[in-house]
Amino acid sequence: MDIKDFIAPFAVWKRAFEKPFTVKKPIDERPGAPRYRGFHINDAERCVGCGTCEAICMNKAIDLVPVEGREAKEGDSGLRPRVDYGRCCWCALCVDICPSGSLNMSNEYLWIDSDPDVFRYTPGVDKKPWDGAELGYRRAEGYRLLDEQRVPMAELGHREAVKSFLELVQGYSRAQAEKEADRCVSCGLCIASCPAHMDIPGYIKAVREGDLDTGLRLLYETNPFPEACGRICTHLCEGACSIGTGGDPVAIRWLKRYIADQVELSAYAKALPRAEPSVGKKVAVVGAGPGGLSAAYYLALLGYEVKVYEKDGEAGGMLRYGIPEYRLPYPALDKDIGYIESLGVTIKRGVAIGKDLSLSDLRRDYHAVYLSTGLPVAYGLEVPGDKHPRVLDGVAVLAAATRGEELGLGKRVAVIGGGNVAMDAARTALRHGAAVDILYRRREEDMPADADEIREAKAEGARLIEKSIPVEVKDAAGALAGKAALFVWNEAEMVQKEEGKRPVPEAIPGALREELYDSIIAAIGQGPDLSYVTEEDGVPMKRFKPLVDARGMASPGASPKGGAIFAGGDLVNDRKDAISAIADGHRAALSIDRHLSGKGA
Amino acid sequence: MKKEKLRVIPPAERANPDLESGKYLLMWQGPQHPGITGNMSLKLIVEGDSVVDCETHVGYLHRGFEKLMERRLWMQNFPLVCRIAVPEPDFNEYCYAAALEELAGIQIPDKAVWLRTLSLEMIRLASFLMWIGGQAGAFGHGTIIQWSVTMRDYVLDLFEELSGGRIYHMYIIPGGVRGDVPAGFFKHVLEIMDTVQKNLDDIELVMFHNVVFKMRAEGLGYIPADWVDHYGITGPNARAAGVARDLRKDLGYLAYPRLDFKTIVGQKSDAYERARLRLLEMYQCIDLIRQIVDQCPKDGPFREKLPNPLYWKIPAGETYVAAECTRGEYGFYVASDGSDKPRRVAVRGPSYTHAVAVMERLARGVNIADVAGLMVSLHTYPPEIER
Ligand SMILES: Cc1cc2nc3c(=O)[nH]c(=O)nc-3n(C[C@H](O)[C@H](O)[C@H](O)COP(=O)(O)OP(=O)(O)OC[C@H]3O[C@@H](n4cnc5c(N)ncnc54)[C@H](O)[C@@H]3O)c2cc1C
Ligand code: SF4
Repeated sequence: MDIKDFIAPFAVWKRAFEKPFTVKKPIDERPGAPRYRGFHINDAERCVGCGTCEAICMNKAIDLVPVEGREAKEGDSGLRPRVDYGRCCWCALCVDICPSGSLNMSNEYLWIDSDPDVFRYTPGVDKKPWDGAELGYRRAEGYRLLDEQRVPMAELGHREAVKSFLELVQGYSRAQAEKEADRCVSCGLCIASCPAHMDIPGYIKAVREGDLDTGLRLLYETNPFPEACGRICTHLCEGACSIGTGGDPVAIRWLKRYIADQVELSAYAKALPRAEPSVGKKVAVVGAGPGGLSAAYYLALLGYEVKVYEKDGEAGGMLRYGIPEYRLPYPALDKDIGYIESLGVTIKRGVAIGKDLSLSDLRRDYHAVYLSTGLPVAYGLEVPGDKHPRVLDGVAVLAAATRGEELGLGKRVAVIGGGNVAMDAARTALRHGAAVDILYRRREEDMPADADEIREAKAEGARLIEKSIPVEVKDAAGALAGKAALFVWNEAEMVQKEEGKRPVPEAIPGALREELYDSIIAAIGQGPDLSYVTEEDGVPMKRFKPLVDARGMASPGASPKGGAIFAGGDLVNDRKDAISAIADGHRAALSIDRHLSGKGA
Repeated sequence: MKKEKLRVIPPAERANPDLESGKYLLMWQGPQHPGITGNMSLKLIVEGDSVVDCETHVGYLHRGFEKLMERRLWMQNFPLVCRIAVPEPDFNEYCYAAALEELAGIQIPDKAVWLRTLSLEMIRLASFLMWIGGQAGAFGHGTIIQWSVTMRDYVLDLFEELSGGRIYHMYIIPGGVRGDVPAGFFKHVLEIMDTVQKNLDDIELVMFHNVVFKMRAEGLGYIPADWVDHYGITGPNARAAGVARDLRKDLGYLAYPRLDFKTIVGQKSDAYERARLRLLEMYQCIDLIRQIVDQCPKDGPFREKLPNPLYWKIPAGETYVAAECTRGEYGFYVASDGSDKPRRVAVRGPSYTHAVAVMERLARGVNIADVAGLMVSLHTYPPEIER
């Protein structure tokens, strides 16, 4: 011990004259740091109620709850996360993982109340003083727990693509598929938006885990066309995908295709359910499109003897005769159809109902009949001159391409219309070496075709002429008469006629334009051909469509004249896509079974 | 004064006094005694004011972390591990993250390496600051804790700024760290280091040149160097006994090989020496933090992208990752069976050794009034004993 040891402690006294470290009113003067992990805030409009926050929270502090005034809709469960601060540990993993980025934290940390129940509330719904706080924990730039980027799909380059009908999309490898499947958070929002309500999280999980047999089984639970839908489905599911709220939606369609592509047809039977023993009843299906064959598949599984009547030489409907090969190669479609046939479904090709057999014949010979005859008749342009020999019908052109016929479109082709049929016709014409103009009444953003289809058609060299109203088709002059035609259209402007409605094109007076084409392909829509349905069949019609009830039943049931009639697919529904036809077919199969077996009738 | 008590080596065997004789008194210190560093208790048998025997009792704080972790996804354990040692959460975060990265074969970006090193040194400083207040307080010196806890709060302010949390930072996440430093952060770090350093100078003067502290701490709790291996003593408790053991040097993890520092060793190995060594290590912390601020890359990624945390599976395997915490070797043994959850996690904290085996032995023969000071001089945290 030296003298310093006695004196030094008195140095403390110097502090008495210094400014104290502490502040008087920490509550007023001490806001949380800008990154503070304080009470949650949620942008309830951006939130889609996917529940990923709930899934990651290891404290089970989050519960997805219904919220007054908010209904479930496409891509939104209608639920919102409620946080229980008796459990929350403020880790903010929920913020880090939130697909939409709607969930964040404020820098507020003081909240005093004698009622313990208030500490469980729904941010963004139950108003709180810190709502809309600018400061507080946000995930750092460049930091996310989920991957917002889709695994890129290998596709043929556009220059390469237009040279042939080779399939554009090449498919995922195993590593790519598993990586893409890993992006899914299994929220299931997609299921509601899929017309067939496929178990999407289930089959994605199967991909992730490399269990493709399970994946295939899940696909076939609701859809016997996985090869086709894995390529050409309108993929509404991806529009509803929660991952899409903050990045690229999961490539659900490509993952479906991956499963189907990976399993050999010969291995299907091992993975898929066997048909029930025969119930001793017969059902006829008219039309071997996806809708008819889907009904046939599920009926066969249920033990019915099913015969499908198809007027064309091959089965597949518009999937074969409409959709071009570069989007859906025939071997892929054949695989789907082949499996359905392997279950004992008979397809009578080249038999037209109304010609070779009548509907009443079918009603007499079968316990029930399912109509899925689609929309085979193309609408005309309905302008003067539309009967010119160079005005062609889009669906017929595509069907001729499928049959391998010489198309003879010429060098310059106009495609009139803005839907997928128009895009397919345009891209088919491009592949036959033509220069193609696509003329559409409205703007590009109004086109009903998939954005991808439009983008690709343009990238492959089609010229898009928007806001062009068809006026007339005139024969070409001189030597070209009868071999080419002048297409005349009126330039239009978009006019907002009614508040809240979409703007309509209105011709600009005098702004007429014309162009000479070797072929003009009309692709402005198709209608049904129901000439085979007679009055005696007792099928009520509305706007040229069979009127069906919730079960898909079109006639009031079996009558002395024969079996009940059910209908579905493009013929009936408004969506007019393959997956809706497939869903209709599935529903009809179950309804027919219930109807014929007397179960729950 | 206390010279005759210097280097007394307590007996290895437990005393077995006859409690019925009326000569002894059985008394409990803790589990809520302020001189116990957390919720554990000492069952003391005293004769007069001398401790004859000491038995430690733990278990008041058992939360079952290791078991809980087996039921949670790999990433869900990230907010859990920090709670194992409350005053030093970051070592848990680091060891857990590094173990996962090793098993999954993930290389983290250099920036993350530096920012992890920074947070580990910052928490070392904060933890020592809390400890020194406790050490002074255990000997009746209430001023130091007023200062040091304020200094610690300044460091916690830095953590709040960096990570959004003061106590549980949850900043070191598998794959890297959770964010880059905010604008102006390094400047704040340097300012606070200056403030803390000035304060340490005051503490040095007031505490280490204080006749009361010297009289009570010198000679108390002497740990002979040969106990180090025998008991598995690590950290300052070992270094104060002259054993130069520091994982930052010995393992050379994170950015430590790129930092300039020397292992500090002592010799006398008593409570005073240990306190002094820790004070020097606080200065060393400040120096390391300044070096880190200087060398940390300004740009670049701070986290490696990992698979979706909801399904992340780690290849089967096992590993043990250790780091030098304020109190010695802190380590995580992690075993994976290839699934999305750990098969087994075992946490090795230095407190088990120091607070149980070493404490029981050192207490024998100590004056009751010194038990708290002795306990704190071993710097232990009961929460990490009970995982
Ligand atoms: C060019 C084009 C592109 C398309 N692209 C897509 C796309 O990318 N994605 C998508 O989801 N959908 C697309 N569709 C729509 C899709 O093809 C249809 O929604 C789907 O094929 C409808 O199935 P369905 O079974 O109702 O009818 P269809 O597929 O039309 O099948 C009806 C079948 O009934 C047969 N038939 C008709 N009348 C009789 C009769 N009297 N006797 C016997 N058989 C008869 C027909 O020959 C045909 O085979 C496209 C359609 C076209 C035309
Ligand atoms: S902050 Fe952490 S504990 Fe709290 S609700 Fe979010 S995930 Fe759960």
